[in-house]
Amino acid sequence: MKKLLLFCFTLLTFHLSQAQETFPVNGSWDVRPGLYAFTNATIVVSAEQTITNGTLLVKDRQIEAVGQDVKIPKGYINVDLKGKYIYPGLIDAYTTYGIPETPRQAFGAGGGGRAAQVYTSTKPGAYGWNESIKPEMNVKAIFHADATKAEEYKKNGFGAVQSLIHDGIARGTSVVVSLGDERDNELMLNDQAAAHYSFSKGTAATNYPSSLMGSIALIRQTYYDGQWYSKSQKEEYNISLAEFNREQSLPQIFEVTDPLSVLRADKIAKEFGKQYIFKTDGEEYRRIDAMKGTGSSFIIPLTYPEAYDIEDPFDARNISYEQLKAWELAPTNPAVMEKAGIRFAITSYGLQNARDFWTNLRTAMEYGLSEKQALLSLTTIPAEMLGVSDKVGTLTKGKLANFIITSDNLFKKENIIYENWVEGRQYVVSRMDVADLRGIYSLAGDGLANIKLKIGGTPGAYEVNIERTGADSVRAKGTFTRSGDLVTIYFDLKAKPAGNIRLSGYISSVSPVALSGDGILPDGTVTRWTASYTGPAPATKPNHDQAKPSTMVGPIVYPFAPYGNTELPKVETVLFKNATVWTNEKEGILKNADVLIENGKIKAVGKDLKAPNAKVIDATGKHISAGIVDEHSHIAGTGGINEGTQAVTAEVRIADVLNSEDINLYRQLAGGVTTSHILHGSANPIGGQTQLIKHRWGVLPDQMKFENSDGFIKFALGENVKQSNWGIPPGSTNMRFPQTRMGVEQVYVDAFTRAKEYKAARAVKGNNVRRDLELDALVEILDNKRFITCHSYVQSEINMLMHVADSMGFHINTFTHILEGYKVADKMKARNINGSTFSDWWAYKMEVSEAIPYNAKLMHEVGVVTGFNSDDEEMARRLNQEAGKAVTYGHMSEEDALKLVTLNPAKMMHVENRVGSIKVGKDADLVVWSADPLSIYAVAEKTYVDGIPYWDIEKDAEKQKVLKADEARIIQKMIEAKNKGAVTQRPTGLRPRTYQCETVEDDAYVVADGYNGMQTKNTDEQSRNKK
Amino acid sequence: MKKIILSIGGLLLGTILAYGQANISPAPVQSRPVIISGATIHVGNGQVINSGYIAFDKGKITAIGEGAAPNTVGAEIIDATGKQVYPGFICPITTLGLVEVEEGAKGTVDDDETGDLNPNVRAIVAYNTDSKVIPTVRSNGILLAQPTPSGGLISGQSSVVQLDAWNWEDAAYKTDIGIHMTWPVIRPNNRRRAIPTPGVPQESPEERMQKALDAIYNLFTQAKAYAEIKPAVINLRLEAMKGLFNGSKKLFVNADGAKEIIQAVTFAKKMGITEVIVGGKESYLVTTILKGNNVPVILKETQTVPDKDDDDVYLPYKLPKILRDAGVMYGLTGIGFWRQRNLPFEAGQACGYGLTKEQALSMITLNNAKILGIDKTTGTLETGKDANLFISKGDALDMITIDVETAFIQGRNINLDNLHKQLYKKFAAKYGVKAD
Repeated sequence: MKKLLLFCFTLLTFHLSQAQETFPVNGSWDVRPGLYAFTNATIVVSAEQTITNGTLLVKDRQIEAVGQDVKIPKGYINVDLKGKYIYPGLIDAYTTYGIPETPRQAFGAGGGGRAAQVYTSTKPGAYGWNESIKPEMNVKAIFHADATKAEEYKKNGFGAVQSLIHDGIARGTSVVVSLGDERDNELMLNDQAAAHYSFSKGTAATNYPSSLMGSIALIRQTYYDGQWYSKSQKEEYNISLAEFNREQSLPQIFEVTDPLSVLRADKIAKEFGKQYIFKTDGEEYRRIDAMKGTGSSFIIPLTYPEAYDIEDPFDARNISYEQLKAWELAPTNPAVMEKAGIRFAITSYGLQNARDFWTNLRTAMEYGLSEKQALLSLTTIPAEMLGVSDKVGTLTKGKLANFIITSDNLFKKENIIYENWVEGRQYVVSRMDVADLRGIYSLAGDGLANIKLKIGGTPGAYEVNIERTGADSVRAKGTFTRSGDLVTIYFDLKAKPAGNIRLSGYISSVSPVALSGDGILPDGTVTRWTASYTGPAPATKPNHDQAKPSTMVGPIVYPFAPYGNTELPKVETVLFKNATVWTNEKEGILKNADVLIENGKIKAVGKDLKAPNAKVIDATGKHISAGIVDEHSHIAGTGGINEGTQAVTAEVRIADVLNSEDINLYRQLAGGVTTSHILHGSANPIGGQTQLIKHRWGVLPDQMKFENSDGFIKFALGENVKQSNWGIPPGSTNMRFPQTRMGVEQVYVDAFTRAKEYKAARAVKGNNVRRDLELDALVEILDNKRFITCHSYVQSEINMLMHVADSMGFHINTFTHILEGYKVADKMKARNINGSTFSDWWAYKMEVSEAIPYNAKLMHEVGVVTGFNSDDEEMARRLNQEAGKAVTYGHMSEEDALKLVTLNPAKMMHVENRVGSIKVGKDADLVVWSADPLSIYAVAEKTYVDGIPYWDIEKDAEKQKVLKADEARIIQKMIEAKNKGAVTQRPTGLRPRTYQCETVEDDAYVVADGYNGMQTKNTDEQSRNKK
Repeated sequence: MKKIILSIGGLLLGTILAYGQANISPAPVQSRPVIISGATIHVGNGQVINSGYIAFDKGKITAIGEGAAPNTVGAEIIDATGKQVYPGFICPITTLGLVEVEEGAKGTVDDDETGDLNPNVRAIVAYNTDSKVIPTVRSNGILLAQPTPSGGLISGQSSVVQLDAWNWEDAAYKTDIGIHMTWPVIRPNNRRRAIPTPGVPQESPEERMQKALDAIYNLFTQAKAYAEIKPAVINLRLEAMKGLFNGSKKLFVNADGAKEIIQAVTFAKKMGITEVIVGGKESYLVTTILKGNNVPVILKETQTVPDKDDDDVYLPYKLPKILRDAGVMYGLTGIGFWRQRNLPFEAGQACGYGLTKEQALSMITLNNAKILGIDKTTGTLETGKDANLFISKGDALDMITIDVETAFIQGRNINLDNLHKQLYKKFAAKYGVKAD
């Protein structure tokens, strides 16, 4: 109601219009001088400079002068702003203002679902192959002012905005426009403000990319294509590439979500010598140092997660710790950014309701964002970012007359924005030339004896109290509305008379204020009334209910997940005493032995070791083994691990989409896993490049990478690549090749034939062969610089790939899964191919109907380096038990069995010089087990990676307590916030809503809304029953 | 050259050993008394008999105890000194025998009938005794199972079978013991944005839940009334549900969430139905109501990841112990069909996290038997019960020691060969590797 009052004076006024040079005029020309002098104001010229009692001269569209001693020439309309403030008009650095909605493409048209294949662009015109790369889109050509929307911005104080097309991966160029209500021609401040990018393909119908890593590969390839196009190639005419190249000189703005995606985009920037400006979701506080490290500027929103309905403890379980933390910490983000010294603009983008802008900005200020920074982030910084600092951002001579007039300091809660001037045109938000009605009045009129009317509150949000003195003394609250000079008051005195007394009137005198009019008493009697001013209203008491909420917040944890660390654990010097040590070396299993670790390495193994500086851990009765190495894992990746839209996607890289915040990293430490090979999925014959990581819980994605490890790539055979179990009706048209094992062979032969030709062509000096990231990876395979791990099941296809490799001249490093390895073990051995399999999986589809648990034993006996992998976040955390099953089935020796999940996979990954056994000089990746590590009864009590105790069962118990306490604290806070819902004036923010925690991850990487679901783990890795 | 000769020899050997599955025949009925002596006998109820004996005849256990066995004329004596004897493991809630190949071979999948309300469909008739999977499961000591239908709101009826039979009729151990249903879970939309359709009133999750509950109450109330009369028109669905109200059938309710469990338990109490909760991921949050109403829980897998990121990383491993401490009756199953050969390890998993080995054993023997209502005849090694038992060289709950040498179902010495052992031998012979 109060707010409404504030806006009810809103009027749109045109009193100036200027004919444009080239436009004909209907009737007489109406050109007005537009000369204004704003005097006696506090003028905030910029965040750095404030002039008290100053004058601002405006001449038509521009500022003519600003200062204390500015002379007002004749012909200027004088506007006295005594006690009022003038600020530069605000700039919103990120909007889609004036852009038509992009129509959604119909995905999977014809009900084909996943079968529907849109391989290349369907867009008419000489554009690029992928619809999500559309640098040819220029906002200047489609922009059209939108008066309703402009008003929303202007009410918040904005005078100019950047307007962009929010669709696609390369989104073309944006503009900066002022928010005037004139012809579009008059509004353009910069017709090519910036080039825009994102990882989200938006409405593009082309299937590729279906994953985040696909988006990244596509952007990188586009840069290379652009470079090639700009050289003297004569093969192709391509508007998209030409425009892409042309836009490189503009500011490059990249929309991302979380801090990890900032790092992903920044890596692209660095590869191509760019510096992006990042528009984010405002979660920088989670990794602020890394954000600072990018050296980039940011555009951040003021979108804070809404509080959840969390009173029911069972429902509360559906809210994740991350969501709770995010709710608490999101408002701290702008202050954290400021403190870190990062340059950033603030945008209202993403707010559900434009009115939340000021509420949320002030909340950010309560959490420490300074006024100066807030003003910079809304004026000078966006102006500089977008190349319009010569026109807007400060109130200096020669700039556009974009300014706002306010009642008070702009950032104060009580402040009212009166007027927003855009290019010298007035827009009234809230009328200012109205008398302040606050005061105490005595009422006079029939039935109104002895009544005092107290008008308090603020202008625009008056509070009215009625008090009757004398015998029938009573106090009541009244309701007061004002519309221009008209007022309406009603109140109920409860007795004598009971019922509402309704008064309608007008301001009959201004100094002193007097009101008069007609009223109706509860019984219908008409009365004339007057209210005469008797004195000022008493100062309103500070409202205790509105006392500032505590701005104390919980700590940031690394990673931003349950069981994260407030401080990362440090490397330790430890002497483990008296353990059973499974060395995996020729020493075998040592009883009552000691292990010393120091500086992240194994320092000594033996009996009765001494180390005065070491922390001594009595490991009597315990077993110590090397950390487990999982050759086949899909954890710690985000935005999809399959780019299965094409048969060959060698260009995509798991390394680009590592997710350091995945709880499975921690859970698997609790199962003794220290190294994992993160693979692309098996949806296509040649999948993406893989990444070997260590389980360093809390570090950044790049810091998880196993240093200097060889590059690998995922291949796949069988039912998944031929899409057997996708439910594609037989005979569907336009299916992705291949659909049979016959076709799979041809994919390989074709790909490597092209790779060889490409390699030969690139080798010719001075050529201009287009760099192709896909073929680059294949050439690396041919050059023995990248190594294949191939998902495989039945003997026929395994045999086939070995033949293809022989004939094309490449080597297969590992067959992974390889459930029929026992049928071709001799052939694998002859080619020195490793076998990484499952212990006992079978019968989950046709191609595994002859999978046997003796597979590992047979491959091992034939001499194949054999291992067990998980391909499953659950099995991974008990791979030691899976190794134990090699004892169950085939009676492998325990020593050899443990190597299946430690030393042998380390060999497969070419890192046996670093991990896989307990040997002096190797990495201190160790597990302390409560029992024989192969036993079902073994519990991983401590897990060290690089000599750092990332898992400790006792510390975990502590962490659980801390976690529960922190959750409970935030929940209490959330319930309080909900109960105060009315105070925050955001009732919409508290609507009943709960989420399941699983939703968040996918949410962060909207690759394509409603697309075929490929961004989630898919095909073989999707469910626990399907490999 | 030597190698070539070796592999040719291997091939020949392989051909000889390449038995088809067809040769794994059900064992004939017990023809004479059997005495196993010198063994560590795990009774199944927590008791362990060291250097004990167990005797059985005509399929029933006749004697069990410590020390030397009483002399029995004509008995076959099995010296199991240093070995372990266990009651046969019981695998509840499984698709064993109902599914042969999970994906890509729809013809072999018979566990999920179409339609929402199928109380009358019976899993027993689809149970395929000739499944190649059954012998692989049996080889790890699982001797009884409950092939169970799935899908829809009410999936159908299950029976308990013994795993060595010529046909389902022979296999049936206790028929049509229960009806299986899945409690509806109503949660806010999982989608990233629930876009309301203009003009269509939005139902809150609570409203949707209430509707679903009303439908269930309505159905069961009608079924109960139907059970009391001789109806003019026979309704096969309601007919099948009669047993729920006279105590001859149990209601197995799949429910994981705390709220769903509470709803299901309250429901069963109101309806006077004997109920079993299946799944029970959040059963540890509602132990009071479970215990108070004597509703047991069949946990699905210990070897799984916690439901929520902020749960104890070991929560699923600890769940049996938590239920035990709270006084709730708990059993255990694995997942699917072929994976049930890991049932002993799923049980053993709980030992590192609180349960004793004998308690873990009871979980998949006595407890499962009680929950399925077959504990009068099996589940422990006690006189008078069926001789469903096996001898393992070592601890059968641990993969590094389990080694099932001999197994008896109703006293019949069953064939422990299976497809995997056969393929192992076939290819071991090819490579000249010793298959042990």
